[in-house]
Amino acid sequence: MDMLELVDIFVLALLAATAVAVARVRNLWAAVMFTGIYSFLGAAWMLILDAPDVAFTEAAVGAGISTVLMLGTLALTSREEKPSKKSPVLPLIVVVVTGSTLIYGTLDMPRVGDPSAPVHTRMNPSYIEKSEHDMHGEMPNVVTSVLASYRGYDTLGETTVIFTAGIAVLLILRKPGKRKTELPNSAEQKGSHG
Amino acid sequence: MDINSLAGLFNYWIVIVLMMTGFYIVIARGNLIKTVIGLNIFQISVFLLYITMGRVDQGTAPIIQEAAQADQAYSNPLSSVLILTAIVVGVATTALALALIVRIREDYGSIEEDEILILDRES
Repeated sequence: MDMLELVDIFVLALLAATAVAVARVRNLWAAVMFTGIYSFLGAAWMLILDAPDVAFTEAAVGAGISTVLMLGTLALTSREEKPSKKSPVLPLIVVVVTGSTLIYGTLDMPRVGDPSAPVHTRMNPSYIEKSEHDMHGEMPNVVTSVLASYRGYDTLGETTVIFTAGIAVLLILRKPGKRKTELPNSAEQKGSHG
Repeated sequence: MDINSLAGLFNYWIVIVLMMTGFYIVIARGNLIKTVIGLNIFQISVFLLYITMGRVDQGTAPIIQEAAQADQAYSNPLSSVLILTAIVVGVATTALALALIVRIREDYGSIEEDEILILDRES
């Protein structure tokens, strides 16, 4: 158990270091790579927190597909971030104030892992207890049975969202031929195939 | 408030620090891709907050085992399910945002917020 706590703190430290690196680095390619690393570390931490299903999804979808999408965008746009003229003072103040408010809010929250926390006393026991019987004893994974059966409409809504987003991406990137002649700065475009 | 219960909140605090780093990237940087990256970091931190809340002491992953004792504790399956949905929806919204950025780059030739604003005022 002590070993696991050490790993826990190590992963959290790496997560914080990666997040700060993303904020500081100017090269967008490096920033995208750091985001992938951040996702993957997040997946590792989810595994420590006893949520392997989420960890798999985060590693595959968050660290994999997101990174590929962003690299594709970089290839179509630019790789270098221009130095910003904005002063970082105001954003920093906003962030510190919001962060302190949130930390003040956690003081009332139940301790991490407390079995009597409201999260664990509502709904959860019934899912755990009834899942095996409801799934005819053939589905040991409770997450799967909640995802696909008890809350199946959520998943249906999710697929609707993905479908809508996919259609929207296709419509945004579509090239209706005549648009190109209207653009005065078409010389600046390179490789603009959606 | 004793030291033990404060240590029990440590995970939440780290997650809030991560969240705020993402928030800072979103509001402090003018580059559109960097903004999307910041949003992504914020998003993953929220996922971590939910998963942290779903954990139980001495618990294990919510997969029922025949050999387990009757009082075996399992982590909360509901937070896992909500975040599974959120991860996939998050990627869909990221794809939409990135497609918009590609489009903006085609029309304005830039992905820096201030340059786009100047071009908008000129026209």
